Amino acid sequence: MSDCINTKMKMTGCRTFLRALLCFAFLLTLTSASAFSQSGGELRFCLRSEPKTFDPLLVDDDSSLSIRYLTGGVLVRVNRHTQDLEPELAESWKLSKDGKQITFKLHRGVTFSDGSPFSSEDVAFTMQRLMDPALHSSTGDAFRSGSGTVATKILAPDQIAIIFPAPIAGLDRLFDQVAIMSAHSPKKEGAVLGPFMVAEYKAGSSVLLRRNPNYWKKDSQGRHLPHLDSIRLDIQSNRDVEMLRFKRGELDLINVIDSDYFDRLAATSPQLAHDAGASLDSDFMWFNQVASAPIPEYKRAWFRNANFRRAISQAINRDDLSRVVFNGHAQPAIGPVSPANKFWFNNKLKAEPYRPDAALRRLQDDGFHLQNGALFDKAGNAVEFSIVTNTGSKPRERMAVMVQEDLGKLGIKVNIVTLDFPSLIERISQKFNYEAAMLGFRNVDLDPNGQMNIWLSSAEDHAWNPQQKSPETAWETEIDRLMHAQASTTDPKKRKESFDRVQEIVAQQTPFIYLVNQNALSAISSAVEGANPGILSPQTFWNAERITLSPNTQASR
Amino acid sequence: MNVSRKLACVVVLAVCTTSLAANWLAPAGYAKQFREVPNAPPSHQHLLGTDDVGRDRFARVLYGTRISLLLAPAAALVSTALAALVGGLAGYLGGIWLRMARGFTDLFLSLPWLFLLITVRALMPLNVSPLVSVLITFLILGLLGWAASARVLSTSADALRNSDFVLQARASGLHGPRLFLIHVLPNLKPVLYAQFWISIPVFILAEANLGILGLGVAEPLPSWGSLLRELEGLISFREEPWRLAPLLLLIIVMTSFQLLLSNEEVTA
Repeated sequence: MSDCINTKMKMTGCRTFLRALLCFAFLLTLTSASAFSQSGGELRFCLRSEPKTFDPLLVDDDSSLSIRYLTGGVLVRVNRHTQDLEPELAESWKLSKDGKQITFKLHRGVTFSDGSPFSSEDVAFTMQRLMDPALHSSTGDAFRSGSGTVATKILAPDQIAIIFPAPIAGLDRLFDQVAIMSAHSPKKEGAVLGPFMVAEYKAGSSVLLRRNPNYWKKDSQGRHLPHLDSIRLDIQSNRDVEMLRFKRGELDLINVIDSDYFDRLAATSPQLAHDAGASLDSDFMWFNQVASAPIPEYKRAWFRNANFRRAISQAINRDDLSRVVFNGHAQPAIGPVSPANKFWFNNKLKAEPYRPDAALRRLQDDGFHLQNGALFDKAGNAVEFSIVTNTGSKPRERMAVMVQEDLGKLGIKVNIVTLDFPSLIERISQKFNYEAAMLGFRNVDLDPNGQMNIWLSSAEDHAWNPQQKSPETAWETEIDRLMHAQASTTDPKKRKESFDRVQEIVAQQTPFIYLVNQNALSAISSAVEGANPGILSPQTFWNAERITLSPNTQASR
Repeated sequence: MNVSRKLACVVVLAVCTTSLAANWLAPAGYAKQFREVPNAPPSHQHLLGTDDVGRDRFARVLYGTRISLLLAPAAALVSTALAALVGGLAGYLGGIWLRMARGFTDLFLSLPWLFLLITVRALMPLNVSPLVSVLITFLILGLLGWAASARVLSTSADALRNSDFVLQARASGLHGPRLFLIHVLPNLKPVLYAQFWISIPVFILAEANLGILGLGVAEPLPSWGSLLRELEGLISFREEPWRLAPLLLLIIVMTSFQLLLSNEEVTA
């Protein structure tokens, strides 16, 4: 009997042990599954326009840039938070002393989304295609340093040297924009090295990006990245609709949001509204200084007078612009470089303070005089000019109205004209039939080389007086020299010295009257985990591969 | 005069009088920016609050009413006169004239006005004062807005041409302009009035849309159109109902005009 009981007890003990073993095995399976499977979920947000291309080397618009950022694999990446350059597909890189050559050591064992292997051949193919003049790639233009061709030398399957005909300043950072294409894949731009790949495109409706199953990166816990299963990008230009959909939970984030919407959102859900501080973007105005412009000669004389421009700058209350137009979500602009650009901003410069009295004195020194509340120049011409700006930009229209009142206090009559964008561009860049213009500059490049097209007097975008055969003023000659000097050396310190001086000259001469640097405002749903909004584009999803959605959101979709 | 017409008269008169008294009722003016209180809610200082840059909305509504109530009817008068000339005459003359006029109005209606207006804006000088810009805007509206009314009027005039009393007048020896002025035009009056009143709100809204092309009333001058453009932020309606004031005023004034019109039609 007791044996029987013992046997029974032994059997029961055995069963218990087996059950415990099974439970342990099940738990182990669960744990290991969660360690290696993806967190999943679909992130949803909007593109404000139709992407013009999926070819990463031809990208030129915001929507295509977003898709390239999410799908393209690059050799090096500018960290959107620290602004430092970090390795990606390249383990390391080395610049030659003369600044003409860069050598990359590539990661091994990386494959494209279609399974084809990644090697230095792909980098060589990408660079050759990028530099092909027939492609007309704006990304490629940044690499054009002199006459001659760009050569690539494959040193090993995981090592490549790229040789340029002339030194390029800040060369390594330019590779942040170059998404590597496969040399052999029949899918061409469909084979990608980035965390996501284009799975579906419905023209005018949406772009669906799915996780790249062959993405090479892992997180600190050894889990394959990206965490998300997919990203749905709805094409939606109407910001009201975008905000409504965000509030309804149909969208997870809004990458860039206007200050009005931001404040409304912050009033009800402050945890969803993110202000990352001053961005690189600036709003500014300038006067037409083109010699052949169809404007009266006496007005051209005002506009070419640095004292006049400086006085106008002093008479504008930038603090009010920031506070009233942007509800405090902007900073008075100081110069061509936003203080948000940590390395290149000249710390010695300060924003022009609002000093209407000093502005009037400055004008009076130049022979301007007040008569019955109106300002007249030496010859007795009433000071009156128009400011053209684009329609549809409420903040800019409001700024123009405030500038109108500020200058009205000096007796200057300002007429505001809003034009559709094509007409405006035609006037300011082809016919030069305008007096003053107000526009914004969306700066995505930290390096001053990206502004060569603005500062060189021969450049097309030298807005106040473009395409000069030779510099018409001494200070423009000096800016030309300094910009060439900073572009022809690879020594960051020397480059910084040159560009600091450019910023000082611009502050003195005021060819552009910088108004404000808008803050980088965004909205991120509480369902999104791991987002870390910054000031550099793309502000909210720069670390998309590490973003996850909360389990509740995943379950509800 | 029935009650509704009396009420409409009172409303229109009250609105006109108030807008004419804007200088006294809102002495700060429409352009003064109270920058310490942008987007403020209604208060003793600002009865309808302030706009995006701190301008008194009540003052802007009063001055805007003055401009729109004066110039939108003026533009409607121009367009209705043109419509009467083209449509009324063509309908009265009939035959090939009617066919030509209808073809012309069809062609006119099918023109891409948006692009033509952009061209007009490009041709205009930039340095025009806000007052000149408002006059140009409404003149353009008046000169371009006649075609739809002309079609209606041509049909009405065509019907009148074969009516018994016109035939009788012809038989009595009345011809040409005298017949048109004495017998046809007075009978077109209800249609003309209707077209005139209908055109006013259309022109007010058109002026608001033209602002997008840079052809509207220039800042800082207000108009109903520019005030209506402030309503673009649909989300805030519940939070800031006072921003609806210009829209309500437009509806009230237009309804009053319509009430007056219906009585005019009855009288006619």
